[in-house]
Amino acid sequence: MDKSQTYNDDVVRKFAIMTVVWAIVGMAVGVFIAAQLMWPQLGFDLPWLSFGRLRPLHTNAVIFAFGGSALFATSYYVVQRTCHARLFSDGLAAFTFWGWNLVIVLAAITLPLGITSSKEYAELEWPIDILIAVVWVAYAVVFFGTIMKRRIKHIYVANWFFGAFILTVAVLHIVNSLALPVGMMKSYSVYSGVVDAMVQWWYGHNAVGFFLTAGFLGMMYYFVPKQAGRPVFSYRLSVVHFWALISVYMWAGPHHLHYTTLPDWAQSLGMVFSLVLFAPSWGGMINGIMTLSGAWHKLRTDPILKFMIVSLSFYGMSTFEGPMMSIKTVNALSHYTDWTIGHVHSGALGWVAMISMGCIYALLPRVLGRESMYSIKLIDTHFWTSTIGTVLYIASMWMAGVMQGLMWRAVNEDGTLTYTFVESLKATYPFYAIRLVGGTLFLAGALIMAYNVWKTVAESKTPAPVPVADPA
Amino acid sequence: MDAGFLRGLYTLIMFVAFIGVVWWAWSARRKDDFEEAANLPLENDARESSGRIPGVNGGAK
Repeated sequence: MDKSQTYNDDVVRKFAIMTVVWAIVGMAVGVFIAAQLMWPQLGFDLPWLSFGRLRPLHTNAVIFAFGGSALFATSYYVVQRTCHARLFSDGLAAFTFWGWNLVIVLAAITLPLGITSSKEYAELEWPIDILIAVVWVAYAVVFFGTIMKRRIKHIYVANWFFGAFILTVAVLHIVNSLALPVGMMKSYSVYSGVVDAMVQWWYGHNAVGFFLTAGFLGMMYYFVPKQAGRPVFSYRLSVVHFWALISVYMWAGPHHLHYTTLPDWAQSLGMVFSLVLFAPSWGGMINGIMTLSGAWHKLRTDPILKFMIVSLSFYGMSTFEGPMMSIKTVNALSHYTDWTIGHVHSGALGWVAMISMGCIYALLPRVLGRESMYSIKLIDTHFWTSTIGTVLYIASMWMAGVMQGLMWRAVNEDGTLTYTFVESLKATYPFYAIRLVGGTLFLAGALIMAYNVWKTVAESKTPAPVPVADPA
Repeated sequence: MDAGFLRGLYTLIMFVAFIGVVWWAWSARRKDDFEEAANLPLENDARESSGRIPGVNGGAK
């Protein structure tokens, strides 16, 4: 058959496999640094094993390597199926795969060596930043090129979310990474002082909003209806959800800078936009969950659907918690405590990781020419392992965070502080232990997934290319 | 015109834009288009709908 008449599933398969590989790497580093917080001697006095260098490796690996690969895999799969067209360019698509993985390998080398621009979630130095920009532009060309090739009139809502994610991340990455190089591996940001902080958190929060939310909502809008076997609850709501979400997210960033030297009006603006954000977030969550109305019984038997619906529940929880934490008086208690870490992982483990894993379980058999994964039972085991792990993780960090906040602000009658910092640290130890257990369980779940994927791939022959479907 | 007036105007424009999106999404003319679009994920690949998987279970290529 003519190649142009089939889907390019090769690049989808590659990214899907790397999603699992990078999940294990990124989560293993996370478990290791969680252990370091309990036993600081685990760094063995080696600089490249110190917490400060491994923590950005963990965040980069889970967000950009694991989350990124999942986004590439699903967006390439979804855009072809919903546009009835093969990817715009096989060469460029392959380039995004090898380029993106090269970026990750370079991150894994440079970050432990201490080479960093010190911007959170944008630590990589300028040569790698340029490579990211080039790969990302190629991604945009492949994705939007495929949209332009589409053989049906409508652009499905999942593609709007993927498209917004790709466009916005390009803008965010380029603007925030503008820097003056002073050597091969050293540069200084073009921004300074409070402007630098504001640009950084404009980037940082929109990385959450577009990389970790819009992209994964794209996954949700395709794979939840697919798995449930029924169309999305309300397509109209999905349209309003899209425009409301993308127009509100842009200004939420200043809530990361409450009570700093950022002008008060900008802090209040960030808080108000964060509060407004609650509405579209929950609109989307309800739209996803209600897709199952009339088919709730499927939750009993389909662990993939369980992954998806529970991930949406965690999305709802963290998008309620986020606006609440952005209120300045709440933030006065929560900021700089482990509550923030709990909030992030409610979103990262509960929402991002679990929707990705559910979607990979749904997608992989389809691109391997199979009916299902090697073992449905193991998917169920994985589901419970990661759900329990997530709950342990976030509950322990909530308790630790509120406790820290209360201890830090407690004052004696004479105005002196009731507790020293180290006393609050000592009180946090039991919670660090529970967090370590939760994180280890989540990693164990990823290992169960890896085994299942391994057996599935081993059983499958390379399937014949799938012909592009004719528009209905 | 002071900054306060412009801010108020901007708020109004955003409000009208939001109402516009809602009105557009809920207008009766969109109904058929949206129904068609909403069913896009439910279309099956050739191998899924035939129940035979090309190249694996002896199905035709």
